Amino acid sequence: MEKKSIEGGIVTLIKKAETELPSDVVNALKHAYEIEQGVAKTQIETILKNIDLARKSGRPMCQDTGIQTFFVSVGIDFPYINKLKEWITNGVKKATKEIPIRPNTVDPFTGKNQGDNTGEQIPYITWDFIDGNDVHITAFPKGGGSENMSKLGMLKPGVGIEGAKDFVVDEMIKAGGNPCPPTIVGVGIGGGADLSLKLGKKALLRPVGVRHKDKTIAAIEKELIERINKSGIGPMGLGGKTTVLDVHVEKAHRHPASLPVGIVVQCWADRRANMVIHSDGTWEVK
Amino acid sequence: MEYHFDVPVSTEKIRKLHVGDIIYVTGKIFTARDEAHHIMLEKDKDNLAFNPSEMALFHCGPLMKKENGKWKAVSAGPTTSSRMEIFEDKFMEKYGINIIIGKGGMGERTEKALQKYGGVYTAYTGGAGALAADRVEDVPAVYWLDELGMPEAVWIFKVKEFGPLVVAMDSHGKSIYK
Repeated sequence: MEKKSIEGGIVTLIKKAETELPSDVVNALKHAYEIEQGVAKTQIETILKNIDLARKSGRPMCQDTGIQTFFVSVGIDFPYINKLKEWITNGVKKATKEIPIRPNTVDPFTGKNQGDNTGEQIPYITWDFIDGNDVHITAFPKGGGSENMSKLGMLKPGVGIEGAKDFVVDEMIKAGGNPCPPTIVGVGIGGGADLSLKLGKKALLRPVGVRHKDKTIAAIEKELIERINKSGIGPMGLGGKTTVLDVHVEKAHRHPASLPVGIVVQCWADRRANMVIHSDGTWEVK
Repeated sequence: MEYHFDVPVSTEKIRKLHVGDIIYVTGKIFTARDEAHHIMLEKDKDNLAFNPSEMALFHCGPLMKKENGKWKAVSAGPTTSSRMEIFEDKFMEKYGINIIIGKGGMGERTEKALQKYGGVYTAYTGGAGALAADRVEDVPAVYWLDELGMPEAVWIFKVKEFGPLVVAMDSHGKSIYK
């Protein structure tokens, strides 16, 4: 097992996420370009030019290269489970210098920047276990400007799903141009406080344009997209038809006394990339 | 209307700008986020190693790279301006800033300061960092890099035709965000 090779793979994975936007997001932005006019169209045009330049020049599309976030599904028969965290962490350190990405980890008490994108609890890794002997990693670098617009509502169950929908629409209108719209909004309904936010973040992994498989939830997603886009906030808050590219909703069963609604906002730079590591140490980044 | 300015720009010219106008700036701009605003409001203006009043203010925490001993901007788009709302009116007064470049818009305190001192808040497309970096021709200086780290340090950029910048808040009390 070549440790260096897999750490190099993590660098390739992060570079792909930071420099190449997934095609589902690019296509949604191209659609927005078609329907917008004036200042809104100019904003989308600049975004599309920037995406193109970042891809061609191998540079991060946004200077906020995010908090390095990974969703890892580990095959229970993968032989080097105990090495995975070290590989990812070392890969993040290397990526910081080699791509480069902006050092983004600051001690909350001293204000000191760690300088290598690692620190307490960071990179932030969510572990999941699956059958088989492969490891699947999704890199999901998360920017601060959009994360700052995330919200948790511990609603009263009496307000129902209508109340949950109103909460999402109101908060996204309040967020205005701050989270770099057009955004993708992840909503987790149910669970506890932390689970609703976790579901909201996980919902962002679903490609733009893909509806929830439950028809009721899919209809709620469509309604939320329509209502938020009617606000006219538009690209960068400068006015227009496209405030969100998509809204993804996920659910968990809740306590009878609680209706948690977790909203996690993603900027148009909805950066995601995937990697598979096989049991013999070979890997692919897709 | 579209304007191409060399920085610094006279108050007279700034007062002619209206919400919706597009400007491009050439000359020196400096980056400042939360920490830099905080430090610069505490510092004695006359002891600063650079003169902010000759430059435009850019809300930005760039991604920089040192190549052959010289700093280069890799990706340098705007950061969320609303975080600087608590500082900006005092900052404009102290340093005579009349062009702010950011994203997402600012609040009432800044709106009043723009009217009072004759300034504009302009929006550059958020996230378009690679494109913005290509307009940075030179990085003559950086301040407080060791203390504040790369994103929060004050970087001086020499830019050419930096834009398009949408005048989103003008000196006449108008704001595109309202």
